[in-house]
Amino acid sequence: MDITAAEALIRCLEKENVEVIFGYPGGANLPVYDALCYSSRIKHVLVRHEQGAVHAADGYARVTGKVGVCVATSGPGATNLVTGIANAYMDSIPLVAITGQVPTTQIGTDAFQEVDITGITLPITKHNYLVKDPNKLPGIVKNAFHIASTGRPGPVLIDLPKDVAQSRIEFKYPASVRLRGYKPTYRGHPTRITEIAGLIKHFKRPVIYAGGGINSSHAADELLQLAEKISAPVTNTFMGLASFPGDHPLFLGMLGLHGTRYANLAVTECDLLLALGARFDDRVTMHIKSFAPEATVIHIDIDPAEIGKNVLTHYPLVGDVKLILKALIQQLDQIDRSSWLARIRELKELYPLSYNRGEGLKPQFVIDQLSQFTKGDAIIATDVGQHQMWVAQYYRFTHPRTLVSSGGLGTMGFGLPAAIGACIGRPGQQVILVTGDGSIQMTIQELATMREQELPLKILILNNQSLGMVRQLQQFYCEGRHIAVDFKFHPDFMLLARAYGISGYTLQTEEDVINLLPQALSEPGPALINCLVPRDENVMPMVLAGKGIDEPIDH
Amino acid sequence: MKHTLAVLVENRPGVLVRVAGLFSRRGFNIESLTVGRTENHDVSRMTIQVEGDDRLIEQVTKQLHKLIDVIKISDISKEEYVDRDLVMLKVNTDPGQRVEILQMAGVFRARVVDLGRKTITLECTGNEGKINAFEESMRPYGIRELVRTGKIAMLRGSRFAGVSGAGKSDADEE
Repeated sequence: MDITAAEALIRCLEKENVEVIFGYPGGANLPVYDALCYSSRIKHVLVRHEQGAVHAADGYARVTGKVGVCVATSGPGATNLVTGIANAYMDSIPLVAITGQVPTTQIGTDAFQEVDITGITLPITKHNYLVKDPNKLPGIVKNAFHIASTGRPGPVLIDLPKDVAQSRIEFKYPASVRLRGYKPTYRGHPTRITEIAGLIKHFKRPVIYAGGGINSSHAADELLQLAEKISAPVTNTFMGLASFPGDHPLFLGMLGLHGTRYANLAVTECDLLLALGARFDDRVTMHIKSFAPEATVIHIDIDPAEIGKNVLTHYPLVGDVKLILKALIQQLDQIDRSSWLARIRELKELYPLSYNRGEGLKPQFVIDQLSQFTKGDAIIATDVGQHQMWVAQYYRFTHPRTLVSSGGLGTMGFGLPAAIGACIGRPGQQVILVTGDGSIQMTIQELATMREQELPLKILILNNQSLGMVRQLQQFYCEGRHIAVDFKFHPDFMLLARAYGISGYTLQTEEDVINLLPQALSEPGPALINCLVPRDENVMPMVLAGKGIDEPIDH
Repeated sequence: MKHTLAVLVENRPGVLVRVAGLFSRRGFNIESLTVGRTENHDVSRMTIQVEGDDRLIEQVTKQLHKLIDVIKISDISKEEYVDRDLVMLKVNTDPGQRVEILQMAGVFRARVVDLGRKTITLECTGNEGKINAFEESMRPYGIRELVRTGKIAMLRGSRFAGVSGAGKSDADEE
């Protein structure tokens, strides 16, 4: 049966069980939107800016584990996706982005709203396609979903010229994918797994350093089993947070630049470092030569290119971390390490996370209260900056995939649209966005999307009336010369809440938080909670540039 | 150390820019790169020379493997191999020097491909060292124009770096 390629695209999305797409229409993607009229299975979420669409698809993917889909038109529509695609690429989030393109006859002529989006996104996609032959579209969509969701996940872009979208084709969706240049390794090498299983008991001070790969491969249960079986404390990278229970005695919290002092010292003292789905990022290792200096390193990752990229690994193992941990756990005996765990307890007692509760409402207090109130049963989305680090430090995550945050790229403005995607991906689940007055203003237009979709999102602004993280950097690296960090105009967030028909709360004291936060979070609909916090609060501990993680500062 | 990589890729538009872009954004230097199709029409073979230690070559190889269009990579400089480079060069001649140049060309088994009133155009194939030597020998006469293909290479004996049994990729762009 003949249908247009645009109709075929929608059929393909239905075959891939896509339930929702986030997008913005335009001229070049008219055929795609026209075809969408006839789909009863796919819900379309109209955003207010294409960046909102890609971040929402990203947030949706993070909480569901499914592929997020976003759609934009050619030219500016496509370039507005770029930040979000780069964000998904850095955090290994499975996305399919579909852009309209000018007709093939006009490609290369600087036509209206023409941009070479496959060229632009080459370094920030796992793969991308410019569709020239309409008959190949179904196969391309099949490949795109396969590539995005398998191996190390990532974004794939499909650029669809308008005339190709309008061409009629015989629709046939391929049953399988054959890509001879793409065969991710899932099963770890059995001999190496046995070797590692035999090795672990010979070390006295192991630390598990678990990253975003645990979340990607749904390996939180296996991580917990491994840690308990070999009595190894667990530290998470930022991307790994929520993959290990925050209230577990073996949990060390986050490591690295703003990590807990006890996590960083445990890594420094360990004789065996098990890196699981982590990539030795510079924010984790800091001065790389002083990172885990005494450790034998076991590195398990699905991406062979991560092995040996930043540090030399003694025992590399490529494959899916869940499958490998399953196999590994079977071969391990229970190991007790009372003296090492006593040392860990000692480090935690010596160097707890702390802040001065003196004057005003401290942001750390707000996050701590939020954590106590939700008991870890909410999905927490964040933006980027100080508030994000306070969430990482003071919120105790207890369920996998409950943190939605931009790790690798550090994209301010990610929070609100990503939280919208999270709400849509997990209806009925409490979703709370923790943001700053800087970040929220980058994508604040998506409040309209939130209202239109009737999402009960709770937005908690830690409002220090400035760009706190940059102010902190200027304090330490620019001898306190502050420039371009203090907003001289502040929107009235309560009026803003009213403008969008959202309940507004202003919290200025600890009593306000105790009295009003539970009420605000229990609202049936959305709420905007503006917490007025001091301008000069710093995220501590902090490892200064060039220093090892064993020598952080506290003020 | 110089490494020679034989990289088999899908023969389709945009692959060269994917490979070249990867080298530039990861800060790897390409010494030379040649590309052409192979015995299999939908596969192209790139011969890439990279200077670097084993760790760098390992990263280059792993990053190249991440490109969906890259089918197979072999570091053929690890084994016995033969390599060839082809040069075409145009040198100035006045009638008095022509014989001398032709004799010199004979030493390198270069062939005359064109002869003008004031110039002579020669082609020469061989490994890189030979081509370099040939180029140097012609330099005193005044090289007007020179073009080299860059190195292509192949493993010796029955060993091969080609595609075998890799099958065909389905449903991709042309």
